[in-house]
Amino acid sequence: MKKVEEIVLDEEAPEVASMHPQKFAMWLFIVTVIMLFAGFTSAYIVRKAEGNWLDYELPMSFWVTTLIIVISSATMQWAYISAKKDNLLNLKISISLTSLLGFLFLVGQWAAWSELVSSQVYFAGNFSNPAGSFLYVFTGLHAMHLIGGIVFLSIMLFFALKEQIHSQNLVKMEMCTTYWHFLGGLWLYLYGFLLYNHWVL
Amino acid sequence: MAIETHTNVSHDVHGHAHHDGHHHHKETFITKYIFSEDHKMIAKQFLISGLIWAFIGGAMSIIFRLQLGFPDMNLSFLRPILGGWILETGKLDPEFYLALVTMHGTIMVFFVLTAGLSGTFSNFLIPLQIGARDMASGFMNMLSYWFFFVASLIMFFSIFLETGPASGGWVVYPPLSALPQAMPGSGLGMTMWLVSMALFIVSSLLGGINYITTVINMRTRGMSFSRLPLTIWAFFLTAIIGLLSFPVLFAAALLLIFDRSFGTSFYLSEIYIDGQALPNMGGSPILYQHLFWFLGHPEVYIVLLPALGITSEIIATNARKPIFGYRAMVMSMVAIGILSFIVWAHHMFVTGMNPFLGSIFMFLTLIIAVPSAVKAFNYITTLWRGNIIFTPAMLFSIGLVSVFISGGVTGIVLGNNALDIQLHDTYFVVAHFHIVMGSASFFGFMAGVYHWFPKMFGRMMDPNLGYLHFWLTFIGIYMVFFPMHYIGIAGFPRRYYSFTSFDAFKIFSDLNMFISAAAIITFAAQSIFAFNFIYSIFKGKKAPENPWLSNTLEWTTPRLPGHGNWEGDIPTVHRWAYDYSKPNADKDGFDDFIPQYVPLSKTPHSNLPHEQELAKFEQEEEQSNVNAQH
Repeated sequence: MKKVEEIVLDEEAPEVASMHPQKFAMWLFIVTVIMLFAGFTSAYIVRKAEGNWLDYELPMSFWVTTLIIVISSATMQWAYISAKKDNLLNLKISISLTSLLGFLFLVGQWAAWSELVSSQVYFAGNFSNPAGSFLYVFTGLHAMHLIGGIVFLSIMLFFALKEQIHSQNLVKMEMCTTYWHFLGGLWLYLYGFLLYNHWVL
Repeated sequence: MAIETHTNVSHDVHGHAHHDGHHHHKETFITKYIFSEDHKMIAKQFLISGLIWAFIGGAMSIIFRLQLGFPDMNLSFLRPILGGWILETGKLDPEFYLALVTMHGTIMVFFVLTAGLSGTFSNFLIPLQIGARDMASGFMNMLSYWFFFVASLIMFFSIFLETGPASGGWVVYPPLSALPQAMPGSGLGMTMWLVSMALFIVSSLLGGINYITTVINMRTRGMSFSRLPLTIWAFFLTAIIGLLSFPVLFAAALLLIFDRSFGTSFYLSEIYIDGQALPNMGGSPILYQHLFWFLGHPEVYIVLLPALGITSEIIATNARKPIFGYRAMVMSMVAIGILSFIVWAHHMFVTGMNPFLGSIFMFLTLIIAVPSAVKAFNYITTLWRGNIIFTPAMLFSIGLVSVFISGGVTGIVLGNNALDIQLHDTYFVVAHFHIVMGSASFFGFMAGVYHWFPKMFGRMMDPNLGYLHFWLTFIGIYMVFFPMHYIGIAGFPRRYYSFTSFDAFKIFSDLNMFISAAAIITFAAQSIFAFNFIYSIFKGKKAPENPWLSNTLEWTTPRLPGHGNWEGDIPTVHRWAYDYSKPNADKDGFDDFIPQYVPLSKTPHSNLPHEQELAKFEQEEEQSNVNAQH
């Protein structure tokens, strides 16, 4: 029998809808993350409606980290365009910059947690309230996903240094870009959700 | 070749035995049988793990049925297996009774009917029936199995803990499950349950992402969505439902883990244990139920839809008739899938929910009866005046239709919030979901095994043992679950260790005895299947390529398809999967079935008017292709 890879290569199925399977799987992964956070934010609403809810100020650091993550999305897009235009120097610079911004974002989130603790909003323990715990869960899980994104970026940087990312080989770069933009969007959603619940309601 | 593959298969069954050095392929034993990326091998891994779990879960139910049916029985003979869980008096430890009930539910719902059913048949059939060499990502598929395997191991080992496995019911409601000091089973057993389930969710999501990607992107030429076999539609929709609901269970479990181990209060509020006030404030146990049932209800359809898809395929094939209402079948599955997300609170009618809200959920729940009835009618109309061939798979499929209807009817009763207040958490509920979800899915599972066994192992299962297995199981499950309705209406609550100390419940002790006896017989009948299954893998009659004269693509592969499925080109698809007993097919030189790969232009006599036009178009296109090549 022929080796599978050979057979797969010389056979295309032009009639059916075609999207790169890995890219498509990335979108599906994003769907699962959306459902995870949809679950958490719905839980927040349901729990809040039952009363016994702590009121507190959101840390100001969130404004800074929001700004950082928005800029990082711009640098990510810059990296993608550089790859598309085969500008490998810019690609390396912009990927590094994006990773750095991602790291800064995490530092900023940590600072926000410290701010919360100093104003006596705790994740757990005798003085905690779900109002505060939820915020830690939102930011913590988002940070976990962002760390995954930074790992992904590092892998991209590794490939970029080996000059394996260019206009002919963009799939992984596209996936990385999609994921990073998604993380930015997810943070904007979470922060918007928190702001809305703290200010409006 | 045949001998070679024969030994190969035997390794798989013997639980990955040692390398025996007979293989001259590039594939080593490990890459072929253990860390395999071939969807067919992964399917068999899921199948065999799922069956092992099914027997473990079934055996557990027999032990607690002994307790319920024969409360005065001396169970000392179980001490070699259960050890200290059998008390000095020869009675079952009440704590372990709860553990058994919990583990039985967890194992059956997740490990057998989710992983065993979906994992086996989605993996096996999706690439074979849509005409793909393998899944979109073989590696992710392999990970999916091994995450499941590790989840299984953890769950299995938790059974042997000194404090016992999780015991708070398979739904693990807090605060019982959130407080280690609440009961022995809420200690380490519960922690292991949560870890195991988290890994299980990862496994399900990896599998689901793969199934969806494969169905959308890797169909062969001509395999449009409107030509997909209903099995694939079912697996596809199941995967979508899983993708949307499992992350929410993950969220629920994560918050529970934080409550248990980190001291948060998402689900815990103002609790006293032994007169001591716990520090937790402001939590809501109802919140957990919302999150859990947002998965939990779709989970019912994750379990059921693959069985319905398998049944559609088998009934059409063995009734030698096109499936009645293909589009209606697809649309009803889509409708069930959508509705499954907006009915979760019917599990929570007694949580003090606003009665107006309850009415809305009742209304939505009852709507599910419509697509379900469409499916039932379509099965019956497909069978109507068909040339029915009663293979074991066909019998199990028809059995599914039977239990789907008789279990669905009681669903209408339970969906009413007024009636549910009386019946909530009684044996009526147990009877309902064991018939409509448990038995129906199990019948679909068995039907699938009997039907696709020849393609999996290249051999036939013995049909006579299959018939015996079917009739004992079919009669058995009705004997077990039908009387349970009466016990439930009489008010027997589920999960109770014993009813003998309540005067009100003494009247039904004989009925409970009857149920237990029937359960033992039904369980014993499964050994016929186990024997048939294992024996046929090694010694079964060799299977022809297409034993059931079926239309779908998997029957065009060799008797034992290699990695890559087809030796030559992948067949192109020209028609739907249900051209059985088409009028005038004999004039085109076909029997009572025309496989999917046969071009319409080859069957001018049997084509319907719109197919005739398609045939013309097809021919022109082929012509222009030929011209272009020259």
